[in-house]
Formats: sequence, structure tokens, C-alpha cells
Amino acid sequence: MEESHIEEEGERQTKHEVAPALISVHPFQKSVAVTVGSALRVFDLIEGRPVSLVDESDGPSHKDSIRAIRYGSSGKLFASAGDDKLVKIWSADSWHCLNTISSEKRVTAVSISSDDSYVCYADKFGVVWVVDLDGVNEGKVVLPSKKGVQLLCHYCSIITSLEFSPDGRYILSSDRDFKIRVTVFPKKPLQGAHEIQSFCLGHTEFVTCITFVQNPEFAQGYLMSGSGDSSVRLWDITTGSLLDTCDVSPTVKHLESNESEPTQVTVTDICSLPNSSLAAVSIQRQVCFVLPCIRFQGIVLLHCDLSAHTLSITKVIKIPGDSFIPTSISFSTSTRLLWMVSGASNGSNHPGYTRVRLILRIEAEPSSVLEDEQVPGGTTLLEHLQGKVSIEESVMSAAAEAVRAAMCSLMVKKQYSEENREFRKNNRNDKKPTQ
Amino acid sequence: MDLIAKNNELEVQIESGSPLAYNLIMESETKPTFSKSTGLPRKRFYRARAHSNPLSDSHFPIPISPSHVDFSLHFPKFFGANNEEVSKKVEFADIGCGFGGLLISLATLFPDTLMIGMELRDKVTEYVKERILALRKTSSGGQYENVSVVRTNSMKYIPNYFEKGQLSKMFFLFPDPHFKEKNHRRRVISVDLLDEYAYVLRAGGIIYTITDVEELGEWMRSCLEKHPMFESLTQDELDSDPVVELLCSATEEGQKVARNGGQTFRAVFRRIAYVS
Repeated sequence: MEESHIEEEGERQTKHEVAPALISVHPFQKSVAVTVGSALRVFDLIEGRPVSLVDESDGPSHKDSIRAIRYGSSGKLFASAGDDKLVKIWSADSWHCLNTISSEKRVTAVSISSDDSYVCYADKFGVVWVVDLDGVNEGKVVLPSKKGVQLLCHYCSIITSLEFSPDGRYILSSDRDFKIRVTVFPKKPLQGAHEIQSFCLGHTEFVTCITFVQNPEFAQGYLMSGSGDSSVRLWDITTGSLLDTCDVSPTVKHLESNESEPTQVTVTDICSLPNSSLAAVSIQRQVCFVLPCIRFQGIVLLHCDLSAHTLSITKVIKIPGDSFIPTSISFSTSTRLLWMVSGASNGSNHPGYTRVRLILRIEAEPSSVLEDEQVPGGTTLLEHLQGKVSIEESVMSAAAEAVRAAMCSLMVKKQYSEENREFRKNNRNDKKPTQ
Repeated sequence: MDLIAKNNELEVQIESGSPLAYNLIMESETKPTFSKSTGLPRKRFYRARAHSNPLSDSHFPIPISPSHVDFSLHFPKFFGANNEEVSKKVEFADIGCGFGGLLISLATLFPDTLMIGMELRDKVTEYVKERILALRKTSSGGQYENVSVVRTNSMKYIPNYFEKGQLSKMFFLFPDPHFKEKNHRRRVISVDLLDEYAYVLRAGGIIYTITDVEELGEWMRSCLEKHPMFESLTQDELDSDPVVELLCSATEEGQKVARNGGQTFRAVFRRIAYVS
């Protein structure tokens, strides 16, 4: 049976799990990276041309779906990791692969410390690993491959997001069991991070994404988190206290006024606009619905009042045109552009579909969703990052639905009836299936 | 077979001595899960397998955070009508409390301290609950109001029940050894889980572990020694702690080991103040 026992989820035999497309913009908008499936595509925004990645391995750098990408905040390094159990560290200038770290399990999240000294990655079993980046942070290819050391562990829970606090004092990890753990990042992380500062508890469903919102007045930053419980929450990480909760499901209802039942949505991605009190979230409905034309397609902009500790929805930006439900979003500091990508792939063989779009001046009125020709880098960028310039709506629609189904299947805890549970217990076979 | 109405209950009369007769006689009486003489629940109606899978997903309710736990339900005599007057917090936690032997002994030793047992098995938790309620009823001095039990997976949900530094004592008595190396990650004491136990224990708080399996005893001791936030108690401190001798004698498991003349392996450590 493909129904996964939680023990086997970390080692699931099924290949071709649907992976959402991801996007990340260089902190100074020097480049933008998009991944779909195992393909990593980077476009140089300064030179206005595609980047060719230099990697020792022949063929595609990653052999299976990429699940997490991240630029270091200094802009010198880039990390990519995923289902092929590899974490690759790239130079964000020369785009050489500087080091490839092997993980024991599939990787679900990655983060680089702000001084480029360490990279942390998390696997599907709840372990967070740390690797020192000596040598790598100088932009040199380092051999041999480095090995990760265990930093901390969320017992038997899929880790969805990893984040360093802006001052580098803490490492935050969010999981599928509704928790966010704030751990002190020690001076010697290779010996493990044992001191837990706090737990941010309050979400009633899996936590998908976390980010910090800060401005010069509140430099230490406050944590914002998105979850499958239709809410975005604001936290004080030193105490773990929940400051405010913002329910984003009304935005969906507003656009579909003929809905009467309560909607459950998942906040799929969150990113904060640096040096402001704004954050953008992409959301997705949790339940499959019959009529494909009724669908929320947009970005919700939230305002954070950092002195009053409140969160509120300021704007809902609807994305016009063909089916485009963002799976990943990223802000560019310098140009105030919100980059969005929508798409999915079902494994290493199939190239998958992606579509990239941008929103200009998100906090101002009017903000506009750029047409393809207005995008920085124009159609050259779109062609490189998307694989082609235009994608059929039905394809995009199917991809969005596949992503939604995959996320629900992975994150939402399965509820079994009493008899079903007994049946599963009695028929459980602990032996590994022979292939 | 004859159907007879007797005491408003239907009784089936069949050949005496047959196995079916035995079963039916047992069922046709009101199930005596409570002993008539002591008023306490009888263990044999609450028996369950010794092993439970700590990896399986929960199908029991989990509190979203410690502030969501209604402790007035657990300790009614300690809380007024409104939960706002919460001044007392749980200080002792028995992880994997089994049939509650340790908690019952501790309850009278520390009558002003709130303590709670955590157990994964459904039937066993029921037993402990019934036992506590019965003891409260039959007690003359209003005892046992300070002890309670909750069904949960403490390997995943301890931070959901306790705030940072809330506990002063944690007990891990005769935990499941999970002998196979591939199952070592299911052990309740491990360097990773000690991070969480260190979080809920206050500085100076004590963690008590005991087992009759030598390899597990060495494992637990070594995990505690490796963890930077715990230090071992000295022999003097062990001798002067009245709780230490309860570890062997108070629980069903401990008594069984003593009966069989087995050896026990203890590791008692203190949570120290620590800066990374």
C-alpha cells in the first residue's frame, strides 16, 4: 500500500513525488534562481543572460527533485538541496559548485548563516545538520565533500523550514507537528545546539514557512509563520509568546462571494519586505474543489505593527490571467519587486512546468502584475527560467492541483477510524519490501 | 439453552463446565473491574502489552500549548472555579508512569506538590485515572488530590504540556529498552530528547532514571554525561534524597525485578544552569 506509516515516511520508496517549483532572488538582485524538479536554472540579472552552472558531476547537478534553495544574506553563496540527498553549495558569483554534502535522508530545508560560516539543512526525519563552510565561504572549490554533524532534532517530524535569526543568535526550525523551535546557535555548533530558547506553540496545523520581519527601529526582528491552519502568526522568539494571529481565509472568501462554508487554506510561502513592516504570503486552498474556475489566485500583503505587536491584512493582489497559483515567492530588496513562481514536477525524468511572474511596487497603489515583456531580462529570462515562454492553462492548472494534493498528503495527519487503525496494526509488516 | 430473565439482565443457561459456560458467566455478571473490598480498580482488567510504538501518530488530543491545558480538571481541589487563579504548576512528571506506582508513593511524600504521569497506552492510563479517583474518594485526609495522569506521547509533546523551567523532577523508570540498534532512536532517553527535557526542567531540577537492563543503563548514563546541561549527583546527594530509594521499590516493574533478584542501574543527574 502506498499509504505511508510515519516510520517509513523518511524512507519512502515511491519515486516521482510531486515537488513544487521554487524561486529565490539574490539579496542584491544580481541573479534569480528557479528550480523545478531536479532542474536548477539561474539567470544573471546584471548581464541579462542565463547562467551556466559549473559542477564536477556530469549531467544535471541534482538527480532528483530540489526541495530547498537559499541565497546567503551576504549574497556570496547559494545552497540547493533535495530528494537526491545532496546539499550543494554554490558560489553566487562564479556559479561553481564549491562543495557537495551528502545527507543520509532526503533534505527538506536549508539555511546559510549570515556570516557564511555554516550551512544547516534538515531532513524528513526531523534532524537538523550543520556543516562548517571553511574555505567554501571564500568562493573556492573545496574538496573533499564535507559531512554534516547533527545539530538538533525534532523527534520524528518533518522539518518544513529553517531560518537563522537576523542577529545570528538563534536557529529556528518549524515542523509538521505545529511547532517552531527556537534554539540558541552556539559558538561551537559542531558540538550540537542543546540550549532551547523557546517553543513557539499556537498553530493548529503544520507550519509551512517562517520569516523575520524587521526594520531599523526593531532590529532584532519578529518572527512570522505561515501554516496549514489558514493563519499567519507573529511571535516574540525570546519568550515564544504568540503576539498576534491573522486569519487569511477571509481573503479567499472575499473573492468567491458565493462560498458559504468556511474555507481552509494553507499559507504556502511567506517573505518579508526588508526594512519595512510588510510581508507577502502565497496561499492555496486545502480541499480540492470541483469547479476549476473558482480559485484564489493572488498574493496577500500583511502589515506588521511592530510596536503594537499586531498583524493585519493590508492588501490582496489578484493575479490576472491564466491559472497561476504561486508555489514560491521571493522579494528583491533593491528593486521592491516580488518574484513569484508557480509550477511542479513529478520527478527527475519529467521536466515539469514553471511560470514566473512579478509584482511591481507591492506596497504602493497601484501595484501591478508585470506583463512578460516588462519583466527584467524580458522574454530571455522567462524562456530560460521557465523552459519555454508560454504554458497552456490546463497544464498549469493540473500542476497546481498536483502540488496541493502532494502537500496535503505529506503534511496533514491522516485520521483513521478505530477499525482501520486496528487493521493497519495487525497487517503491518516491518520487513522492508523486496524490490 | 434457556434464556432467563434474572435481576433485569438476560442470562443464558447452558451446560455447566463447558468453556462457553465459563465465558458467559463472566460476562453476565456486572464486570467487576473494581475490587469490592478496596474500591480500587483491578489491574487484570487493564492489562496491555508492555510495548507501544512511540513513532505512531497520535489519535489522542494534544494541547496546542501549556496554557491550553486545563489543569483544574486534573487537580480540582487546587484550583478555584475560574482557572485564572493558577498559582500552582505541575512540578513532577513521571514519563511512562505505567500503573502509577511511583506517583502514588510520591503523592503522600510531597502533598503540596502537583505531579502528573504521562503514559502512551490507553488502558493503562485508564487504570491510573481510576486508581487516583478511587484513592481520592477513600482517603481520609484529602490525599492524592495532587496527582493525575494524562495519555500522551511524551517523546513528541512534552513542550506542549510544560513551560520552560517548570519541572523540578522528571522520572524515567524502567523505560522500554528497544534492544535492536535500529530501534535505539525510539528510546525515551537520547541526547536529542535531553534537549527538550533540559528545557522543561529548571536549573537545579533532577532527572531520575533506572532500568534493569545493563546496556540501557549504560546508554542512559552516557547520554546524560554527554549532554552539556546535566551533571551527575554525588553519592552523598543520592543518599540524602528520599526519592531515590523509591525508584526501585515503588513501581510494579521495580518490585518484579527485586523479586527476581535482578540488578538495577540508576542514573540520577541534575540540570545545570548553562550558557551556550
